[in-house]
Amino acid sequence: MDILQMNEISKVYGNGIYANRRVNFSVCEGEIHALVGENGAGKSTLMKVLFGLEKPDSGQIIVKGTPVSFQSPQDAMAIGIGMVHQHFMLVPSLSVTENVTLGFEPMGKAFIDRKTARKKVQELSDTFDLKIDLDMPASKLAVGIKQKVEILKALYRGARILILDEPTAVLTPQETVELFIQLKALKEKGFTVIFISHKLREIKQLTDRVSVMRRGELVASVNTEDVSEEEISSMMIGGGYSGHIVKSPAVPKENLVEIKDVKWKDRNSVPVVNGVTFSVRAGEIVGIAGVEGNGQDELIEMITGLKRYDSGEIQMFGSSIKNEEISSLRERGMSYIPSDRMTLGVATSMSIENNLISTKINDPSIYSGKLLSASKIAQLSAKLVSDFRIKCGSSKTEVSMLSGGNIQKVVVAREFTQNARLIIAEQPTRGIDVGAAEFIHNKLVELRDSGCGVLLVSADLDELTKLSDSIIVLHNGQISAYIENVSAVSEIELGHYMLGVNKQSASDIGRAYHTK
Amino acid sequence: MLLGPLSSMRNFGTVIEMMIPITFTGLAVSIMFQAAQFNLASEGSFFMGAVAAAAVATKLSLPPVLSIMVCLLVGAVAGAFVCAIPAILKARFNASEMVSSLMLNYVVLFLGLFILNFFLRDPSFGMLASFPLPDGSKLIHFIPKTRIHAGLFIAVVLVIVTYLFLYKTKSGYSIRTLGQNAKFAHYSGIGVGGAIVSSQMIGGAVAGLGGSVELLGMYDRFQWTSLPGYGWDGVIIAILARNKPQYVPLAAFFLAYLRIGSGIMARVTDVPSELIIIIQSIMIMLITAQALLGKLKHKLVVKETIANGNPS
Repeated sequence: MDILQMNEISKVYGNGIYANRRVNFSVCEGEIHALVGENGAGKSTLMKVLFGLEKPDSGQIIVKGTPVSFQSPQDAMAIGIGMVHQHFMLVPSLSVTENVTLGFEPMGKAFIDRKTARKKVQELSDTFDLKIDLDMPASKLAVGIKQKVEILKALYRGARILILDEPTAVLTPQETVELFIQLKALKEKGFTVIFISHKLREIKQLTDRVSVMRRGELVASVNTEDVSEEEISSMMIGGGYSGHIVKSPAVPKENLVEIKDVKWKDRNSVPVVNGVTFSVRAGEIVGIAGVEGNGQDELIEMITGLKRYDSGEIQMFGSSIKNEEISSLRERGMSYIPSDRMTLGVATSMSIENNLISTKINDPSIYSGKLLSASKIAQLSAKLVSDFRIKCGSSKTEVSMLSGGNIQKVVVAREFTQNARLIIAEQPTRGIDVGAAEFIHNKLVELRDSGCGVLLVSADLDELTKLSDSIIVLHNGQISAYIENVSAVSEIELGHYMLGVNKQSASDIGRAYHTK
Repeated sequence: MLLGPLSSMRNFGTVIEMMIPITFTGLAVSIMFQAAQFNLASEGSFFMGAVAAAAVATKLSLPPVLSIMVCLLVGAVAGAFVCAIPAILKARFNASEMVSSLMLNYVVLFLGLFILNFFLRDPSFGMLASFPLPDGSKLIHFIPKTRIHAGLFIAVVLVIVTYLFLYKTKSGYSIRTLGQNAKFAHYSGIGVGGAIVSSQMIGGAVAGLGGSVELLGMYDRFQWTSLPGYGWDGVIIAILARNKPQYVPLAAFFLAYLRIGSGIMARVTDVPSELIIIIQSIMIMLITAQALLGKLKHKLVVKETIANGNPS
C-alpha cells in the first residue's frame, strides 16, 4: 500500500528553471526507496517539497490517503515525515539528549524535565540499538555518530517516514555498513525510508525500490532487484558510464611542491599534522587517502597558503611559501578546488560570471583599457558554461540558484582554466553525479598529461585508486604508507593503513619524497 | 506634502540642495556596505571634511579656483582619515567597525569643535563660528532664486565614477567579493585586509568630500556645533538604493523630497511634522522589505516559465 503519494508536483525556481516537472512519486509503507538522479535532476527539491521546506507551484501530496499541504517543516513532522539533511543541523554546545529533544522537551512544572528527557531518548536509542553517548556535546561527536543523532532526532519527533539526503557522502566505509544495518532494522520495524544517493552499489545493497529522476522529471520507478547498476546509471544520464578511466602511465618530471617534515598543532596543542614529508612532481597525480580528521584538511590548507605551518618547510615551484600570500601562489601556477565549496569555493550571492573571474581578475583579457569589459567577461563565461556543461538559465544567474553539482562545476571551470602547473583537488566529485564526475576525472588526467602536477584528496577510495599514480595514506597526522603501484593494492589493504592497523617502514614512506 | 516641493522654483531648489550632501554620504555608505563593512563614521567624515575645508579656506589665502580644489581635496583626505581608524582596527585586531565607528563620531565631533574654538573662531561674531569663508572659495550658485550650487555637478560625476569603480575595476571587484563572502575572497587570492581598509577609506573620502562641498556651497561660515546627521541619511539612502551607486541619486531625491515636503506641510497645515517621520518610516520599510518583492517576482517567473513550456 502506498503510504505516500506525490501527484503531478511542479516546482519552478526563480531563474525560470523547472526543478520538478509534473513528478509522480509514490512510496510503499515499510520499504527502503532509493531516489537517484544527476545533480540538478530535482531530487533535493522534491524532498524539500515533501518536507515542507519548499512549496510546490502545482501538484498534490497525499499521505495515508489524505491530501496534505505543508506550510513548514513543522507540519510535515507532525504528520510523521522526518528528514536527515546532508549538512547536519545540530547545536554544537548542547548534549545529544538536548539536541534530540530541542523544541519538543518534556516539561516539568516550570522547567524542562531533564530526567524524563534523557530516559525517553535512552529508550529510543536502545530500541533501535544506536549506541550513542547521550551526554556528549554534539561538537565532540564523529560524523557517523552525528548522523545517528539526526536520525534519532527525527524518530523522537515521531517520524514514520525518514528522508535521508545523501547520508553516506560523509561516512567512512565502516560507518556506512553500520548505517545500513540500522536502516534495515528500521525497515523491519515498519518504518519507511527514502534514501537519496549517487552510489549505485549502495542502492543495490540496501534498497527495495528505486526511482530515477532526470532533468526535473521522474523517468522510472522499479524494483531494485530487477535492474543492474549499469541500467540505473543509463536511466540517470541517458548513456552508459563505465566508471573506467583511460590513462597512460605517468611520466613524472621535476618536483613542483616539496613538503618537508611539516607540523601543525591546533589550539589545544594537539599535533594534527605531525611531520609529513613528500613531494608532488609535474605530470603525476598523487592521491591522499585517510579517514576524515587525520590531518589531510590541515595539510592542504597549509600547502595552499590558507594556514601557516608551525615548523618544517613547504617549497612550491622552488621557493618557500612560509610568508607567501595566496595571490602570489596562484600567480605562480597553483590552482585549488576546495572541499568546502559553499564557503570557500564560491560567493553564492554573486552571479556565475563574478564567480568565474575571481581568480582571473589580473588577466588582461577581461579588460578593455583599464576597465573590466562586461562583454568580454560574458564571452568567457559563456564559453566556460558550455565547456563545463553548467546547467543554468544564463551566466548572470546567481550561484545560489544552482544545484550542488553545478556549483562544483563552476568551481572546477574556474580552477581548471588557470593555466595551472599544480592543481590541488580536494573531494572534487563529492556529491556530484556520475556524468559530471567522469568529466572531472578525464579533465584531471588530461591536465596531468599536459604536464600538470595534481594533488588529489578524496574520501572515495574508488576514485583515488582509479585516478592516482601513487597514493599517500595519512593516519593521525603522519604518513602511514606510500603506495607506488596503485593497481596492485586492494581497498582492504588501504583501509588497514588508513585505520593505522598497518604501517610501512620509514624507508618505504621516505620514498614519497623524490630527489632528483 | 506630495506636491508642495513642486509649487515653486524656490521650493524645488531646496529639494536639490538637500539632495546634494546626502548623495555624497549615500555613495560613501554604499561603498562601505558593498564590502560588508558596516562603518558608520560617514557622519564623522562628513563633519571633519567640512572642518578641514573651513580651515583651508580661512587660513590659507589661495587664488579662487585653486582654493576650492585644495579645500575639497583636504576635506576628502580628512574624511578618509576618519573612516580609516575603524578600518585599521578591524583589519589588524578584528575590532567591530560598527562599534568603533559609532563611538568615533563623537570623538570627531569634539575634535572638530576644539579646532573651531581654538583655531578658526571669529571672536567678533556673535556665536561660535569660524571666520567668514572668502568668496573665492565658495561654490557658485548657478540657478537664480535657489541656492543650488556647483556641488551638484561634482555629485553627478562622483556617482558615475563610483559606479565605474565598483563594477569595472579590480579594486571594486575585490570590494564586492569581500562583501559577499570574505573567505571566498581570501581563497581566491584577493587581499582581504587591503580591501577592508581601502573600501572604508574611499567611503570616508567621499563623505569628507561631501562635507566640504556642503560647506562651500551652502554656508558663509563654518558654524556646526553638533553632527549634521547627513551620515545617518547616507545609511538610509544606501539601504534604499540597495548599495548600488546608480540608484543613490534617486534614493537621495526621494528622501530630500519627503523631508522638504514635510517641512512645507508642517508650515501650511496643521499636520504635525512628526507624522511625516512616521510616513517616511513606513515608506522606507515597505521599500526595503525584500521578501514582498521577491514573492511578486517569483510569481512572474513561474507564469513565464509555464507559458514558455521550457523545461530547462
